[in-house]
Parts: sequence; C-alpha cells; structure tokens
Amino acid sequence: MRRTSLGVRLTVLAGFAALAAVALLVSLAVGSNPIPLGDVWQLLTHPSGSFESAVVNEQRVPRTLLIVVVGAALGVAGALMQSLTRNPLADPGILGVNAGASLAVVLAVAVFGVASIWFYLWFAFAGAALASVLVYVLGAGVGRGAAGGRVATPVRLALAGVAISMAISALVQTVILSNQHAFNEFRFWAAGSAEGRGYPVLWAVLGFVVLGLVVALSLAPSLNALALGDETGRALGVRVARTRVLVMIAVTLLAGAATAAVGPIGFVGLGVPYLARAVCGPDQRWVLPYSAVMAPTLLLAADVLGRVVIAPQEVQVGIIAAILGGPVFIALARRRRIEAL
Amino acid sequence: MRVRTASHRHVVLRAGGAVLRLERRAFAVAAALLAVILVIGVSGMLIGDYPLGVRDVLASVAGVHGDPLGQYFVRDIRLPRVLAALLVGAALGVSGGIFQNISGNALGSPDIIGFTTGAATGALLQIILFEAGPEAVAVGALLGGFGTAFAVYLLAWRGGLAGYRLVLVGIGVSAVLAAVNSLLVVRASLTAAQTAAQWLAGSLNAIGWGQVLLVACTVGALLPAALVLSRPLGAMTMGDDLATGLGVRVERTRLLIVAIGIALVSVATAITGPIAFVALAAPQIAKRLTRSAGIGLGTAALMGAALVCASDLVAQRLFAPTQLPVGVVTGSLGGIYLIWLLGSEWRRQKA
Repeated sequence: MRRTSLGVRLTVLAGFAALAAVALLVSLAVGSNPIPLGDVWQLLTHPSGSFESAVVNEQRVPRTLLIVVVGAALGVAGALMQSLTRNPLADPGILGVNAGASLAVVLAVAVFGVASIWFYLWFAFAGAALASVLVYVLGAGVGRGAAGGRVATPVRLALAGVAISMAISALVQTVILSNQHAFNEFRFWAAGSAEGRGYPVLWAVLGFVVLGLVVALSLAPSLNALALGDETGRALGVRVARTRVLVMIAVTLLAGAATAAVGPIGFVGLGVPYLARAVCGPDQRWVLPYSAVMAPTLLLAADVLGRVVIAPQEVQVGIIAAILGGPVFIALARRRRIEAL
Repeated sequence: MRVRTASHRHVVLRAGGAVLRLERRAFAVAAALLAVILVIGVSGMLIGDYPLGVRDVLASVAGVHGDPLGQYFVRDIRLPRVLAALLVGAALGVSGGIFQNISGNALGSPDIIGFTTGAATGALLQIILFEAGPEAVAVGALLGGFGTAFAVYLLAWRGGLAGYRLVLVGIGVSAVLAAVNSLLVVRASLTAAQTAAQWLAGSLNAIGWGQVLLVACTVGALLPAALVLSRPLGAMTMGDDLATGLGVRVERTRLLIVAIGIALVSVATAITGPIAFVALAAPQIAKRLTRSAGIGLGTAALMGAALVCASDLVAQRLFAPTQLPVGVVTGSLGGIYLIWLLGSEWRRQKA
C-alpha cells in the first residue's frame, strides 16, 4: 500500500471538490433552453418573472442540487456496502434497495393506479426500506449477541441480498409482463432520471441523506478495524453486530432516498468507491469523503450530457452515467493491481 | 465398474483403466440430484393440459403410440422442452461455476460480468431496431454474447489473463451495455419494448428440436471438457504460483476454461433469453449441499439442470393455461431456496 500524507490526501480531495463545483456550475448554465452564461448569473442573483428565470431558478437549481445529494448518497452507500460485505463487486443494490423500490413502484401503478413522481418517491422509499430489512433479517439473522453468537459472514450477507433481490425482481417481472400500463411507467422510472424533479423532491430526501452521511462517516474507524476480520475487529474494541446494523441502516437511508428521488441508478454505487480507493487507498475515513465528492461529479456530468445530446428530449442520467463511468472503470481495472478489501 | 471406499471421505470408481476419485458427499449429492432430475423430467412429460400416463409417454417417445395427438404433444412439445430445460440449466450451472472459480468471488457469475448483458444487447437490437423474428433474435444474442466476450477478453488481456481483472473489466463492459439496453427499451415503442421485456424474462415457451440440437451439441462437447479441466481449475483457486508448482499450465487452462464458460452461457442465452440467477445460484447451492470448500462443476451442472427443469414445470402449471417465463420462477425459486439453505446452514453452525 502506498503511504500518502494527510496533506496530499486533503489537497487531492480539494481538487476533486473543485471539479465537482465546476460540474455544478456547468449544470446550472447548460440545458435544453439556451440561456447565455451572463444571463444565468444575473437570473440567479436577481430572479425575475421571466421564463428564463423560472428555468434557472425553478428547474436547474433544484435539479442540480438533487443530483449532488443523490450522487453523494450513492457513492457513500456503495463504499459502505463494499466494506460491509468485504466484496469489491458489491453495490447498494445488493441490499435489495433497488428491487424493493422497483416492486413498490410497479405495485403503485398496477394496484393503486398511482402515477406521479411524488407518490413514486414514497412508495419507492418504503419498498427499499422493507427490502433491506428483509435482507437483514434473513441474511444476517436477528437477535444474536456480539459475544457468543455467530455473525453472518460477509459472503453470506452478499448472497442473501442477491437471492432476495432476485426473488423480488421476479415479482416485478410478473407484474410488468401482465400489466402494460405498469410496464410503460416502469421502463422510464427504471432508467433513472432527474427530469422534472423540483424542490419538493429535494426537500423530501435531503434529511434522510444528511442523516445517512453522518452515520456513515462516524462508522469509518469501525469499518477500518473490521476490514482486518471480525475477530481482530472485536479485539480492537469494535462492536461487530452493532456496526453491521448501523451500516445497513445508513445504506438504506442513503440508497433508499437516492432511488426514491431519481429511480435506480446502477453503476455509480459500484464504480465510484472503486475509483476512490484507487486514488486514496483503502482507509474508509478517506474512501467515504472521496466517494461523496467524486460520485456527484460523475452524475452531474452525466445529467448535463443527457440534457443536451438529443435536446429538447432527454437521455436518462442513469444511462449516461454508466456509459461515461464504464470506460474509466475498465481503464482503471486494466492499469492497477487489485487490492483486497 | 468397481466402486471402492478409499477412505472416510472419498469413494473411488474404477472402470477398466480409468479411475475417478470422488468426495463421498459430493457423490451422494450428485446421485440424489440425478434422481430428482429424472423425477422432474418424467413429470414434465406427464403433466399438461393433455393428460397422459407413463405408458403413453414411453410409447410416444418410442414412436409407437396409437394416439397421434398424444404422440405429437410428447415428441414435439414436451420432450424437447424438458431436454432444453435440462441442457440450458446444466450449461448455466457450469458456466457460473467456472467464473466463480476464476474470480474467486461468489458474485462473479456471468450475469454480473457482462456476457448475459451483451447477449441481451444483441437480442434487443434485433427486436427493437430491426423488428426481427425469433431466429434472428437468437442469432443476435449469440453474436452479442461472443462479441462481448471478445471485447472483454481483449480489454482484460495484459500479457496474461488474471481472473479478477477479467471480472472487473467484465463489470465495466456490462455497465455500459446495460445502459445501452436500458436506452433501447426507453426509446422503443411500447409494443417493441414489451416484446423485449418478454425476451429478457427468459422463457422456454417456444422451444423446438432445432434449438435443442444446438444446445445439446454445445453442452455435449463442452461439458466433458469443463469436467476434465475442473481439477487444474481447483488447483488454480489456491493461486497461480502454487498451481504452476503442481504442474498446471495456468495461462492455457484459464484461457480454455473461460472460452468454455462463455460458449456455454452464450448459447444457452441465445436459445431461451437470460434465465435469471441460475448461473449464480446453482454453483453456490451445490457447494453448500456438498459442504465442500471449492465449487464442483459437475454438481453445479446437475443443480442448474434440476433448478431450470423444476422451475419450468412450475412456470407452466402455476397459472395454467397462462405460461410464466421460466426466468421469473428461477429467480424466486432459486432465491428462496438459497435463502433457506443459508438459514439452515447458520442454524447448524449455531447448534
């Protein structure tokens, strides 16, 4: 492992934060309605009643902020999940979050006839939370003390999560194959899009994400100790079972809120923590903030591109994020030796 | 053939000069799985909207049944379907076992590392852009699977083919292709998108002898090769250096076994569409049943065959006459079974 000093890590982190800030400004300035850069700044500082003002202040600002929040949530949730399962191939979806949210959304359409972003949000969040509780109860087992009882091995947790996700996805497929309306709504939701998300969505998920981020960052030292194995972690004073529960709560809050806000976005949670570890090493105290800064940059870039490539129509942010991030991930996988988690 | 008990854990089969040494428990599990497959396979021939007895089925298979309709159902509908389920299941099970071995990761199945996604891209292009028929879709899937494999191989090759790098590159390629698939589905007309969704669910509903023959030839040629290579593959899970020390030609073995795994999963997916979860679950379920440290390819093949065959029976009969796609059932059946198995394993450890 390369030893890097605190100063270097902080400087690099600040560099990535600056990159994120640039992406944020671009996201405010660029869109399907061409508005000159000077006007955008003018409208931000002095909102008028014009159409352009509404585009900038009512659409681009909340959408950009939402992308930042969702990106940070997904990046950190992915890093937590990979650390929890000790498997660099894990992503937040393994906790059943995407499958649960998907089932809730198709049921909302098929059974309750609901079709609006606002209701999808709450259905998706509830579905994601229920699914992750199910994964925890069945996968990790409940009611076991940290002292005598056995704690589920990371690989078993990952397998249980995949198994439950698959079982839930089978239900989703049954519904969408038999209900045309539900399928049509689902295919757009499932691509992951920030189109038309305004302040209400942002305020609805912001609290959950902030809480999740705080819990996640506070767990970083325990995760570092657990990376050495459960026994070593316990010897170092980590309460293993309690840490696992808290990590899963944090992942549920973060990934559940993100999925509720913009739909399932697949690649970010898997790829970004991997990129972060490539830059800063395996220390979770650094991996988590790096992921939180790098993921929004990727998502912002993807969202801006999605808005302009076939304007005035949009390509969903989840699609562009994977197309942008995939090649970077491949280049990295080719270049470096893979570190074990 | 002589069966001899070699030790507490192993049995040795001798036939002429050939000697096969098996773990006792793996042997028992394999025998039990064969029995299960036989029962489910025969049930698949008996059960249906046109009721037939065991004698009718046997007579129909032999071609001497008096009732032409019964003979038609058995020989042209049920028999190819059961055989296809068994062969596709075996192909997926072995392929999953190969990639989980190569990557040393339970999540490293072909579903996750991109070959299935690539096959889906090929099929979706045919369905959505060219509005093609089933044969063209199968060809598209086959080309998509092999094309993806070739791309992953080229990208992952750096003077050698490290298993883990292969899987990571596969994941990156898979992410891009999944995005392309999603883009195709979102931009398509509702009708085309629904056809695509049907195909993506994985189904055995329109299987004929032509497809059975294709998958039978593939499995018939590649499964024995995979089983022969499974011993050096087992040695390689302990690390390349150790395996080289044991006399394994690591690079060549890995190349061959990866090619076999790709061919098996691509052909299976081309025939039926992506049947969810079998490649991931079958080797893991087999491993837990045999309580072995490594992943056995033979038991993974049997487990895959049993899983797909049983799932297809459920898919046909659960809401008959409406037929579910088999992939929906493998997802839930395999998922539930794996969860149960994990749970009972945990209880056993605790007791």
